[in-house]
Amino acid sequence: MSRKTIDLWVGIFAVLGIAAIFFLSLRVSTVQTSSGAPYTVYTWFDNIGGLKVRAPVKSSGVVVGRVAGIRLDTQKYRAEVTLAIDPAYPFPRDTVAAILTSGLLGEQYVGLNPGGEDDMLASGDTITMTQSAVVLENLISQFLYNSAANGSGDKSSSQP
Amino acid sequence: MMDWVTEPLRHIGARIINAIWRLGFILRFFAALLLASGQSFTRLHLTLREIWFTGVLSLSIIMVSGMFIGMVLGLQGYEILQRFGSGDALGIMVALSLARELGPVVAGLLFASRAGSAVTAEIGLMKATEQLQAMDMMAVNPLARVAAPRFWGGVISMPLLAAIFSTMGVFGGWLIGVVVIGVDHGSFWSQMQASVDFRIDIVNGFIKSVVFALAVSLIAVFEGYDCHPTAEGVSRAITRTVVQSALTILALDFILTSFMFRGLS
Amino acid sequence: MTTATGDELVVLQDVRFGYDPHHVLLSNIHFRVRRGQVVAIMGGSGSGKTTLLRLICGQHAPISGSVRVMGKDLGSLTHAEKYAFRRRLGMLFQFGALFTDSTVFENVAFPLREHTQLPESIIRDLVLLKLNAVGLRGAAHLYPAELSGGMARRVALARAVALDPELILYDEPFAGLDPISLGIIGQLIRRLNDALGAGSVLVTHDVSESLDIVDYVYFVSEGGIVAEGTPDEIRAATHPFVDQFVHARPDGPVPFHYAAEPLAQALLGGTP
Repeated sequence: MSRKTIDLWVGIFAVLGIAAIFFLSLRVSTVQTSSGAPYTVYTWFDNIGGLKVRAPVKSSGVVVGRVAGIRLDTQKYRAEVTLAIDPAYPFPRDTVAAILTSGLLGEQYVGLNPGGEDDMLASGDTITMTQSAVVLENLISQFLYNSAANGSGDKSSSQP
Repeated sequence: MMDWVTEPLRHIGARIINAIWRLGFILRFFAALLLASGQSFTRLHLTLREIWFTGVLSLSIIMVSGMFIGMVLGLQGYEILQRFGSGDALGIMVALSLARELGPVVAGLLFASRAGSAVTAEIGLMKATEQLQAMDMMAVNPLARVAAPRFWGGVISMPLLAAIFSTMGVFGGWLIGVVVIGVDHGSFWSQMQASVDFRIDIVNGFIKSVVFALAVSLIAVFEGYDCHPTAEGVSRAITRTVVQSALTILALDFILTSFMFRGLS
Repeated sequence: MTTATGDELVVLQDVRFGYDPHHVLLSNIHFRVRRGQVVAIMGGSGSGKTTLLRLICGQHAPISGSVRVMGKDLGSLTHAEKYAFRRRLGMLFQFGALFTDSTVFENVAFPLREHTQLPESIIRDLVLLKLNAVGLRGAAHLYPAELSGGMARRVALARAVALDPELILYDEPFAGLDPISLGIIGQLIRRLNDALGAGSVLVTHDVSESLDIVDYVYFVSEGGIVAEGTPDEIRAATHPFVDQFVHARPDGPVPFHYAAEPLAQALLGGTP
């Protein structure tokens, strides 16, 4: 096998391998084409249910970001969820964040419901209005004991 | 007296000490190999020849195996997903299993038995016929001239082979799922694209294949270099290369998977 | 033995060697090779003659005594200096040790490509000259597997002298050769040595062939040099070991029987 033939074959091999990598990146998966570094927004929930890090953040069903971090604040005993949102999608300050479930038993995600204010959320801001995850057990017990479903005035607690 | 108790214990202890000693030895060899690697890149044709030897010559077996694995995934995956009424998700299943696990692992195992064993045999025979010693006497470091190009050739070839393997697998799954069974062409690809994450699935799979490439190439080169310079010694070294590579790939796969995919939904 | 002069290539003085200090394999070794000389080291299998060769090429270091080769004290060389030293050295391995994955031409070109920056055309001319010297210019395109044992040995010889070494070492150059090849290799060793003005050391147990071509002989036995001299002196030597070796007598100082109890006892006693 002469050196020239070897070079040719190695070239063909490299082209095939790189083509395969491109195929896997572009055709099989989606490379996130974000328009820049995402901005970070903090939210507080009483209960996040089964939300996981890297779960999608959606608005009107469109993925606009990812859950970047989840931790428990031991001062308030509430869950602090950090959202990393694509800068292509600015949201007003009075946006409501809710933990929703895709389908009856699907994965949980954060849904953003934009309000009407002119001021937009900047990086490091906090979304104050939130809606916690629906915990199925609570819902069932409420239903069984037929307790009054009178949202106790706490806006951010779970609603029936 | 207590010989029947102490004797096996002593035997086990000796084996453990030997294994640890060997691990230290292989790491020292790795360090020496890295130090002697300069030539592999300044005289590129040495490394290119090894890419040809380990990569190009493994292409056919990798492509055919990938195709078959993908076709089996298509058949089995459709049969299982159909029970839950989600036959459309076949693309997700095929692509995820290939990109995350089967691509790097099966390609690594095939690479170890096709190319790793050949590298061990080649170096072992060179040692048995005093070629390495002759090189050393001609003031040419055999670590730099023989071992390092083979190591780097393997490290470069193997991830490319794994990517080709996964690609062929996706095509195999597509062939069975879409062409033969009749899953919708559009939903096969769009579901796949929507659910396979580039960073989590593709990049992590690629990292796995690079780690396996380093491990298999190191084992293959080391066993060849370290073998007893007789016909029997070389054949034992080849066996050790294949067995140790397979065990190492599977163990590393478990460790990497538990780091990469833990805590993900 | 002549007195010390400037053209001494190898000087071993009172060398002791063993893999560990309690198990000495060679002791009290005095050994010299001068420029232009072909020197043979003879002795039975396992007598330590290959070990002596390894001391000369720097693969082993002595416990005590000095090894000076081509003006360098081998005990004090760094790794880089050792490699620089080995470039001036040619070595022929027992079975040639040709690179089986390259042609005869590439085998001979190997040291030139590794150690010189010569253009391809000059390398080609040099390789063909070396191959011509061993009579195998026509076999340049063949692979080592296609050569006979004697031809492979000649190619290895051409490779060993590719860089025009000042000292050439031969490890059993005659082992396993037919009488014709044996004669050719013997003549080549002598002719190449004279043409290069180098010194040669050959380790061998082929008495008659080597006595015809060498200038001086050392006999190694039981960890020491038991006899030395010119071929004529050796032929006339009265030392019992040399006498047994040179005339190939089955029994003598080297016994025919491996150490064992008397035969009668083994046959009658019953215990093996």
